[in-house]
Amino acid sequence: MTGPARVRRPTRTQLRGARAAAGFLLPFLALFALCFLAPIGYAVYESLLKVERTGTLGLGGETKEVWAGLSNYATALEDDRFTAGFGRVLLFGAVQIPVMIALATGLALLLEAASARWVGFFRTAFFLPYGVPGVIASILWGFLYVPGISPLVEIAHSAGWDVDFLSRGAVLWSIANIVTWQFTGYNMLVLIAQLKAVPGELYEAARIDGARGWQIAWHIKLPLIRPALVLTTVFSIIGTLQMFSEPKVLKPLSNSIDSGYTPNLAAYNEAFTSNNQHTAAAEAVLLALVACVLSFGFLRLVGQREPKEPKGAKGAKRVKGSKGKGGTSR
Amino acid sequence: MSTEVTQHIPADGAPASGTGASESRRPGRRRDGRRPPLRHRVITVSLLTVAALYFLMPVYWLAVSATKSSSDLFGTFGFWFHDPHPIDYLRRVLTYDDGIYVRWFGNSLLYAGAGALAATLLSAAAGYALAKFPFPGREGVFNVVLAGVLIPGTALALPLYLLFSEMGFANTYASVLLPSMVSPFGVYLCRIYATAAVPDSLLEAARIDGAGEARIFTVLGLRLMTPALVTVFLFQFVHIWNNFLLPLVMLSDSDLYPIQLGLTSWQGYADRQPELYQYTVGGAFLSVLPLMVLMGVLQRYWRTGLTEGSVKA
Repeated sequence: MTGPARVRRPTRTQLRGARAAAGFLLPFLALFALCFLAPIGYAVYESLLKVERTGTLGLGGETKEVWAGLSNYATALEDDRFTAGFGRVLLFGAVQIPVMIALATGLALLLEAASARWVGFFRTAFFLPYGVPGVIASILWGFLYVPGISPLVEIAHSAGWDVDFLSRGAVLWSIANIVTWQFTGYNMLVLIAQLKAVPGELYEAARIDGARGWQIAWHIKLPLIRPALVLTTVFSIIGTLQMFSEPKVLKPLSNSIDSGYTPNLAAYNEAFTSNNQHTAAAEAVLLALVACVLSFGFLRLVGQREPKEPKGAKGAKRVKGSKGKGGTSR
Repeated sequence: MSTEVTQHIPADGAPASGTGASESRRPGRRRDGRRPPLRHRVITVSLLTVAALYFLMPVYWLAVSATKSSSDLFGTFGFWFHDPHPIDYLRRVLTYDDGIYVRWFGNSLLYAGAGALAATLLSAAAGYALAKFPFPGREGVFNVVLAGVLIPGTALALPLYLLFSEMGFANTYASVLLPSMVSPFGVYLCRIYATAAVPDSLLEAARIDGAGEARIFTVLGLRLMTPALVTVFLFQFVHIWNNFLLPLVMLSDSDLYPIQLGLTSWQGYADRQPELYQYTVGGAFLSVLPLMVLMGVLQRYWRTGLTEGSVKA
């Protein structure tokens, strides 16, 4: 579409429009470049350098930065703790995301079911934890995990069951519980929004055809909220990969959490504890790469199974912008 | 009771239909006049109650524990009160260390409030430009911004720190504020919304009347985009308020800390200074209170925005 427009001499109004568009866009683009593009570029640049000491003794000599090629990436990938951290968040995501999405879907369907009561109260109760910042949620649940303070441990103990939420085997799932507690209500709300957009006639038609409540839920509601399910899953994948504050806050409470428990924690400790910003930069780049690959990969996977489904901005425009000039950018 | 439920429907539905994203049509559950059997209602409400207990339990514990002293935190049963002195303990939280808690709270408000406001205006202008001005390379710009949505924010925090400390403004208010003013998701939302809600004919009419582009944007564009702007503001406010890694890497001066960072520093010292356990719990309670009220009140706005977002995938 831009081709023919370029060949023609731009009219005065077009010039005026382009100037105005640039004026509206520039402030955002400048900050976007500073806070998104520049750090990515800088991280890639830093990850390709290393520090070399010119003196014979490390302390006395001058240091200078020299080209390192991909050796920082090799260092990061050979570091067992870093790769173990990746494996850990992938395992975490493979278990926690399906559980959370299933729970959110179940609650959304229950709240939308004809047999539900006190819907407003329940919906608010489920959504409240989203208002608790991740750090506070971790501090809060941390207290509920520590023996001595936690009433949960106390109740379990008096029932003859000695639980240790912070043991080596359990702590990952204790973190999973924190994340699930925080975000189920949010995901539920996304799904409810999609359910409400479904025309009521569909349900009535199904009911007249003799479908029962759970059949309607399974065969009609679930397929219709698929876009919302995809959206929440992608955001959850991104969130899981960058997991940081939960293990950081729980670390003092549990000695099963090491400095490389998640990739993000590893990069953080590499930069601030080991003072090795070049390896840290390489780790940050790897993390961003994996996150992008996984999110795009998931979007494509879902897209392929149902090629007709509108995708991305075009889809949104088709749904919403029937008036106006929704067609121009297609 | 069923009237109470039905009254909810228009109240909830109104803002959703206002966006044009979804007509608020409820499933015809009460229209056919049949009530679901009692057994179903009991099962449904029991399941919902179990879930509510799970979600509310930690908040309840926090509220109870905020009224206890440090030694009672360890010595007494967590789910019940023991010698409660809420006013006294919370006053101590607020006055400890020359009222540093109040300062942290103010910092959080500044970061989240100013950051979200600036992010909203920048997103509005950029989204409006991308929606209403066809210029060469428009889709390219939009796709780059869209890719920004998928890049994990915390993967950026560390490089951003390396960059900012190189430029010499790490450990300043600006080092947290500037990155908070950028919201690729906001631009995405504003573009989608402006495409649908700001009619070209109206803009043309304003141009013929001789209004400048800046004036058209501020008078017409911003007004027509208001529902989307509210959503962008709320999303960004909560995003900044909850952000932990960015201030953690950027700030070393505790006077600049937002509330989350301050509370974790208290928690870290609590081993050596036991009264900090009580301050951490009390401080967490106080910080959560306004946000949860906000969540409850603003639920309908969230929904509005979420519908917009969910059409995307």
